[in-house]
Amino acid sequence: MTVAVFFGCTFIAFGPAVALFVFTIARDPLRVIFLIAGAFFWLVSLLLSSLVWFITVQISNKNSATQQTGLLIFGVVLSVLLQEAFRYGYYRLLKKANEGLLALSQEDTMPISIRQLAYVSGLGFGFMSGAFSVVNILSDSLGPGTVGIHGDSQHYFISSAFMTLAIILLHMFWGVVFFESCERQRWWGLGAVVISHLVVSCVSFVNPHYQGSLIPTYIILSVMAAWAYLCAGGSLRNLKLCLTCKDKDFLLANHRPR
Amino acid sequence: SSVEQKIYVVLNETVPCVRLLNATHQIGCQSSISGDTGVLHVLETESDLDWILSSGPHPPYMVIMETAFFNRSVMMRMKNSSRVAGVAVIISKTGLADNFSPHTTCPNQNTGVYSESYGSDLANCNGTVWNPLGNGLSYEDFSFPVFALKDENQTQVLRKCYEDHNQRVNGSAPQYPLCAMQLFSHMHAVTDTVTCMRRTDLQNRFSINPEVLCDPLSDFNVWTSTRPLNNSAKGHAADESVVIAATRLDGRSFFWEQAPAAEGTVSGIVTLLATIQALYPVTQEAPPPRNIFFSFFQGEAFDYIGSSKMVYDMEKNDFVIDMNNVHSMLEIGQVGLRSGRSLWMHSDPVSRQNKSVDTEVSEMMSRMQSAAAGLKLTVDHPSVSQPLPPSSFQRFLRARRIPGLVLADHNTSFTNRYYESMYDDAENLNVTYPPGLTPDEQLVYETDAAKSLAEVATLVARSLYLQAGGEEKNLNNITADPKIVSHMTSTNTHTHTLTLTLSLSLSLSPSLSLSLSHTHRHMTSSHTPPLSLSLSLSLSLTHTHVTRFVQYILANLTGTVTNLTESQCQNPSELSTENKDLFSYFWVSGPASVNGTREPFCVRASVRLSKAVSPAFELLEYGSRNYSTWTESRWKSIRARIFLVASRELEVMQPALVELTETKQKNICIS
Repeated sequence: MTVAVFFGCTFIAFGPAVALFVFTIARDPLRVIFLIAGAFFWLVSLLLSSLVWFITVQISNKNSATQQTGLLIFGVVLSVLLQEAFRYGYYRLLKKANEGLLALSQEDTMPISIRQLAYVSGLGFGFMSGAFSVVNILSDSLGPGTVGIHGDSQHYFISSAFMTLAIILLHMFWGVVFFESCERQRWWGLGAVVISHLVVSCVSFVNPHYQGSLIPTYIILSVMAAWAYLCAGGSLRNLKLCLTCKDKDFLLANHRPR
Repeated sequence: SSVEQKIYVVLNETVPCVRLLNATHQIGCQSSISGDTGVLHVLETESDLDWILSSGPHPPYMVIMETAFFNRSVMMRMKNSSRVAGVAVIISKTGLADNFSPHTTCPNQNTGVYSESYGSDLANCNGTVWNPLGNGLSYEDFSFPVFALKDENQTQVLRKCYEDHNQRVNGSAPQYPLCAMQLFSHMHAVTDTVTCMRRTDLQNRFSINPEVLCDPLSDFNVWTSTRPLNNSAKGHAADESVVIAATRLDGRSFFWEQAPAAEGTVSGIVTLLATIQALYPVTQEAPPPRNIFFSFFQGEAFDYIGSSKMVYDMEKNDFVIDMNNVHSMLEIGQVGLRSGRSLWMHSDPVSRQNKSVDTEVSEMMSRMQSAAAGLKLTVDHPSVSQPLPPSSFQRFLRARRIPGLVLADHNTSFTNRYYESMYDDAENLNVTYPPGLTPDEQLVYETDAAKSLAEVATLVARSLYLQAGGEEKNLNNITADPKIVSHMTSTNTHTHTLTLTLSLSLSLSPSLSLSLSHTHRHMTSSHTPPLSLSLSLSLSLTHTHVTRFVQYILANLTGTVTNLTESQCQNPSELSTENKDLFSYFWVSGPASVNGTREPFCVRASVRLSKAVSPAFELLEYGSRNYSTWTESRWKSIRARIFLVASRELEVMQPALVELTETKQKNICIS
């Protein structure tokens, strides 16, 4: 549409995530490393799912619309499952790495707690997922035209940006909840994460009715945000302390070793 | 990408207007390098014009111009306005004015023969204004792109987009989102030929990857003669006295590569080809004393490129004949709109002040009149003080005062009301068929236009024979066949372009058949090979160039079939019976036989091409006043697309939203 729309959508989609990165992660190199590794793991899962998707599309009947839609749904479900599988894989890897790091380090306490790792890896997944969702759309938003000449909705760009924002934050919250559930062996928590991820992905099939896809996504986002807050050790009691940045015991200030 | 497909509708058929430069000026159209975007508005009424130029709230506008509004006054108002991003002109016959000629009123006024030193009272059309209906639009410089919309379906897409989004409701402005169009036609050359060639030379000398900015207009002239001339012997040909019969091969219009030029050029080409067809057999049986030299000149619209080059070569002794060999000249101008009236023989009053030239010209006229006596047409001469119309003969006169005539269907100014425009097509020539004919039947039907041109061809052939000293008793054998003429002027009635289609299934020379279908087009700079990097030389693979077309028809009409093999045909000098200096050899495919196969064979003809590029580029005088200095700019991409644009408010709102979310971030607990 123009440069204004491009920057607007970029900042909407990545603003909060970049702010989180700058204020909480950028100063600690270890966190940065684990963030990037997390992003890489997400990328590998995408590669695998796209490989499967590509092969199935090639051998399918390209002319049948129902087959193509069915393949699309299959592709989305497979991708979600693979992403969660890779999240679990990353969790196992991090557990092993943490032991090794502890052995190597001179201090008694671990340099980074598993909760911090959960947050960082979730954000890494989110960054990469957001990038792949929206960068293509952003590059087309630079041109002079906007969506609509064939009758599509005019709010395509901004809806995509908001959806991407939601996905990035959701990945972060899912990471926290997932790791916490794995630590506590609460498998229903794992299942909830997977199912909510599936719901968010599949609800995008109702596009272009953007209210039908964005509203459920944001509802799930707020639910997951609250759950992650609780997993991280917050409660109604220290909510006020947290929001005014007065709680010295909180997560990132004072990590508790496991 | 799929998002791009949601946003843009790409228009496939683009007919741009490109930039041309000469020694002092640039003409044509230019867009900015990243295209010009504007909100669509259809210009149908005067109030639309007002909306675009002053009252519309969403400038700049991309104007979709109905045919009736494509005239000088509207285009100049657009040119002077800053609210116009570009123009797309609908090319159709509905709403077409009675006349439209974007050429100047006095074609080629600076490079003809009339100047301060030669007939100064006749120079600059002081005597007769040849193209009074000309509005000079082709020679204006526009800073926005102008495209032509020839495809009806595409125009319909644009109209629908306009009606859906941009239509005014009850006089109030339309609401966003609005339909917009973006045109890309960025030209690399600026200012004039001198600047452009200087920059090109700098590029060629110092750059690793030289970027050529413009190309001189160049192509080839086609010539042949009744007695073969030795092509390797340049300069004066001994014992040769030659009568030149000439016409032009090119045309032009406001837009690039669109030049039907039916009355302006094709009438002349077809007449001369039919003349050759009529004359050739007789000149072989009963050869006249003088040689007859037929020549088709390219690039005459752009200050006589082809003819000035040939005269230059003749003067430099770089051609098969020189000016001393030339006895007289007969040129065929615009001869298609005779409508049963007489033809006019134009001559040059200044050279006729010389007694010997005057006698010879009068004798030419009387020969022509005696040849016309046996036919159903009349020839007349205009008043003696009238100058020559724009013609290649003027360039020969600049070199030497030879006697000559220019044959035309107009007495004073042109009868062609669409001179050098896109509307000078078959309809302008009154080529009409009775209803219910298939295309194959149309090919052989003898239209009135074909019969008229055939008569002119017969007249010219007989006059040339007499002029060359032939005997009167052979005149009755010289007749142009209307069937051949109608082959050459059959039309594609859907598009109203004159397509010269020649499929000689019922042909003269028994076993030769060429089928070439071609839309007449103007000269392009085609000296570089087809797959060159410069995308401006779009040599369309579906259309054969008119030069090749005429060359092969001439080979058909005047050549003889030989039984050489393909390799012998390509290297005939190895054989003692064949003479590469006197003839050219063409390997052609034969007529289609019953089961569709074709037997190719070798044709020997004395048809040659000679380079038609302005001498100014050989002499490196890019600012020359004597020769043509026309060049055509190069470009990278020419395309067009339509899409919707959103309001500025929506665009601005998005960063505001971002501000809101960012400030919230800072309050989250981080330490």
